[in-house]
Amino acid sequence: MGSVLEIRNLHVNVEDQPILNGVNLIIKQGEIHALMGPNGSGKSTLAYTLMGHPAYEVTGGEVIFKGENILELEPDERAHLGLFLAFQYPVAIPGVSVANFLRTAINARRKLEDPNDKGISIPEFRRLLTKKMDQLKMDHGFAGRYLNDGFSGGEKKRAEILQLATLEPEIAILDETDSGLDIDALRIVAEGVDALAGPNLGVLVITHYQRILNYIKPQFVHVMFDGRIVESGGPDLALQLEEAGYDWVREKYAGAAQ
Amino acid sequence: MARVVKRRTRTTEPAVPYTRADIEALSQQMKEPGWVTEKRLAAWDVFEATPWPSTNDEPWRRTDYRHLRWDEATPRHSVNGVVLRDIPEDHRAPLIGAQQGGMVAHVGEKVVAREIADALASRGVIFTDLSTAVREHSDLVREHFMTHAVVPEQGKFAALNAAMWTHGVFLYVPRGVHVELPPHSVMWAPHVGATLGHILVVVEDGADVTYLHEYASPTLEQQSLYVGVTELIVKDNAQLRFVSLQEWGAHTFVFTHQRARVGRDARLDWMMGAMGGRFNKDFLEIELDGQGSWARMSGLYFAQGNQFMDLDTQQNHNAPHTTSDLLFKGALADTARTVWQGMIRALPGAQKTDGFQANRNLLLSSKARADSIPGLEIEADDVRCTHAAALSQMEEEPIFYLMSRGVPRHEAERLIVNGFFVPILERVPFEGVRDRLWDAINTRLEAAL
Repeated sequence: MGSVLEIRNLHVNVEDQPILNGVNLIIKQGEIHALMGPNGSGKSTLAYTLMGHPAYEVTGGEVIFKGENILELEPDERAHLGLFLAFQYPVAIPGVSVANFLRTAINARRKLEDPNDKGISIPEFRRLLTKKMDQLKMDHGFAGRYLNDGFSGGEKKRAEILQLATLEPEIAILDETDSGLDIDALRIVAEGVDALAGPNLGVLVITHYQRILNYIKPQFVHVMFDGRIVESGGPDLALQLEEAGYDWVREKYAGAAQ
Repeated sequence: MARVVKRRTRTTEPAVPYTRADIEALSQQMKEPGWVTEKRLAAWDVFEATPWPSTNDEPWRRTDYRHLRWDEATPRHSVNGVVLRDIPEDHRAPLIGAQQGGMVAHVGEKVVAREIADALASRGVIFTDLSTAVREHSDLVREHFMTHAVVPEQGKFAALNAAMWTHGVFLYVPRGVHVELPPHSVMWAPHVGATLGHILVVVEDGADVTYLHEYASPTLEQQSLYVGVTELIVKDNAQLRFVSLQEWGAHTFVFTHQRARVGRDARLDWMMGAMGGRFNKDFLEIELDGQGSWARMSGLYFAQGNQFMDLDTQQNHNAPHTTSDLLFKGALADTARTVWQGMIRALPGAQKTDGFQANRNLLLSSKARADSIPGLEIEADDVRCTHAAALSQMEEEPIFYLMSRGVPRHEAERLIVNGFFVPILERVPFEGVRDRLWDAINTRLEAAL
């Protein structure tokens, strides 16, 4: 049986303001879920909270992954369990190359599994990274560049997908990976994710727009509004949102929120 | 009755435990030529006539050394039986290439090594200790020693060094000679007390050399003092790459005046790593005297504990078509404090000058403090002179980003600090020097994080 990420009645405050007001969601390894919703509905808050950003204060509920309430864990411990977040705004780390960083991340995990591990050898790592870059049709020069430093919007998102491909998580959250990308960049990034999808990867695609879902086909679509998931359905729901926008969601649930 | 508000000033001058008679005795003991003794005594007069710098003087405004205990800061000439092996292996091993062109080493002020490779000696290169040099190469030293670069009038500590210097290094590269193997000198100060070292480098027209100097000492119970002068004379069309590494013990007080003169179409690449010392006040000055001259200065420091470092740099463009490029990067932990005060000057007529200076500090503790004071004094009208200063702290966002990939917090912080130093280390073209600096950075980082 694959891993399951289960979010139960999650309440989160940011700077003392309630942003998530009881989120329930189950994502299984091998499934693709899309989380849609208007701006400010709490989608990114959910992503950061799942990964353990210290600015997000959990005031209620739990998140169970592999039988453990991960809300007690540090972000690196969540990553070791198999959770991954592709950032909407990847952070630049000047002076640290993509390759150096990924090798550090891989070695950190190996060290946790076996304290005597000496780390991945440089040739083995180079082979792995080359394979993943080829898979994503990336220039090999990318590995030597400083992580996200001076990257274009598209390069940043591709770097996120390269990290996803290399670290091989079980559940990946893609936070607005489509934002700020032109259609060509979007296609490249989305095809990359599509290539990685399969029985070993569960994906939560967070997006405002339907267009990325032309490439990454979700089985489940959820709509978030005012810090709750208010609608869930199949791929048709995304198309319906594309056509009708979010107004009907606001009308239907704005009253209920008050 | 009107209340008199009295400004707080130094009430007692430091009682320096040296006298004119000590200088005469020292010079006699070293069997120095008459001109050296005279030069020392003339400098002593300058020293006595120069007031002690205080926080009322602009270059010392942030720099108070009143906690230096002068009674512990006396030169010791009685140390005997010291040998080269007393210096830790790390400081003797070559850092630039596998082989070095020579080794001049001091333990305290005693010479323990004075070696030069045949390849250098046979082409007229001189690499020896300064006391030997004033006896054996008297005219050459006399021509350059405290005449071109540092002069006693530059300040109280320059005058003190000129009067009392206890040991030193002389490197001379004759006209047109390209030195492949880098000479290496070390000053190791394992005893309490004062040492006053003097480095004199002369690179004649069209010559080319890379030179490495190290200062180091263990951490002793009591204070010790180093008062140093470094003179770098790079003549027309010559090239000097100078690396200076400083790993003083935690209770050492350091005062130095270091100045380079760069001739026509000459190049100076000056790299310095400062790690140790309780207190550092360094004047680091480049005089671009010749048309078309070029100089680069790269500084790296890591201050921790209660360390204080004050680096005062000058890039003086005295001729047209001159270029200078300065980058100093430092990390500060605990309650450390650093001051960088940089000045770019372009004299009238120094047209087509290109000067740049930048200082970037990374604070690893909320109790650390770094001051950056860049300055420009431009008297020519067709120049490009710019500066930059930046102060950053460990931010939570990059740490969270790295942790989200499975990197533990401690390792994430280490990566970020290492990344901060990469641009400055990229300017050091010597792998051994870079490795040494990485080791020093990471040792300090382990303690800081």
